[in-house]
Amino acid sequence: MKLSYFPGCTLKTKAKELDFYARKCAEVLGITLEEIENWQCCGGVFTTAKTEIATKLSSVRALKDAKAKEQALVTVCSACHNVIKQTNHAMQTDAEFASKVNNYMAPEEAYNGETAVYHYLEMLRDLVGFDAIKEKVVNPLSGKKIAAYYGCLLLRPNSVMRMDDPENPKIMEDFIRAIGAEPVIYPYRNECCGGYITLESPALSKKKSNTVSESAQNAGAELMVTACPLCRYNLVKNGSEIPVVYFTELLAEALGVKEAGNE
Amino acid sequence: MNKANENLREEIIRMSGVNPKKCMRCGKCSATCPAFDEMEYHPHQFVNMVESGDIEPLLNSDSLYKCLSCFACIERCPRSVEPAKLVEAVRLSVIRRQGENHLTANDIPALIDDEMPQQAIVSAFRKYTK
Repeated sequence: MKLSYFPGCTLKTKAKELDFYARKCAEVLGITLEEIENWQCCGGVFTTAKTEIATKLSSVRALKDAKAKEQALVTVCSACHNVIKQTNHAMQTDAEFASKVNNYMAPEEAYNGETAVYHYLEMLRDLVGFDAIKEKVVNPLSGKKIAAYYGCLLLRPNSVMRMDDPENPKIMEDFIRAIGAEPVIYPYRNECCGGYITLESPALSKKKSNTVSESAQNAGAELMVTACPLCRYNLVKNGSEIPVVYFTELLAEALGVKEAGNE
Repeated sequence: MNKANENLREEIIRMSGVNPKKCMRCGKCSATCPAFDEMEYHPHQFVNMVESGDIEPLLNSDSLYKCLSCFACIERCPRSVEPAKLVEAVRLSVIRRQGENHLTANDIPALIDDEMPQQAIVSAFRKYTK
């Protein structure tokens, strides 16, 4: 199966391991990720204003590229995924927005949100299947208590993202089970780490991040897992006492393409 | 409501796609807001103040730059008012003006460290700068 792939700015720089192991694991699972040519940064956050056009064009370009290849589009970073999926939804449902975008970009064929957008976790669940992953696990992470950290961007707004129940999700817990570990449910798994406020108000992001990591630790987790580079940065920088890793690193470990604990 | 305020109110409602009249004042948006403690005006107040055309104080408030874009109030509003969309529209109506950027490239070196992901910086620019 061939899928278009949008890595995003941070996966090429500060979060290389998120990208590297995503590609490596996809190979093991029989999926070829074809990186979009000349992709442009998604901008990190979706601007909800209907009058914002230019800030959404990079997402439309990636979506249009995938459509031309008749492929679904996969992202790994929570932020890229959120921006691209919300932009795609706007192209499907907001005719005025879509016509402005199409008038500006003047593609040979108008783009109206035809591309299917998958987060890598959705790809694992819906295209590969957690049962199939279980069968490919050579190094089950047995006995490891892992807290899934969803943060904000994976699940919300649910009317658009449609990934899972936004208040009681299980996709990451099912993933954790598939690689042989034990998921830990804790109250703050879908609350915000502070995000980009870390730039201007580090004290606020510290407060938010510590609430999350303490919540996970108090529930008995020995490790946290995330899909978002900014979540990971905020949790680690603000002193999480348990390690925080990307979900693709754990998947690679379980599939035997990464040594345990080796960054 | 004077004419200028009325125009601004219409513009913000058009830009955001929000109908503040749907609000039933339950306060759930503010209760779930992770930046509540940092805000002078809280999400439920944004809704109320936009509805009544009392927008001037919002334009001048730092609260505009505290919203984390976490979509919690958007998800959890029982009336689908989606307050963060109003915060966004009010903020845009400020930073779209000449010279009103909240963050400039020159500010960045003092705010970052070696580990900070690019994602933090591009997101902040998207929210604070035009």
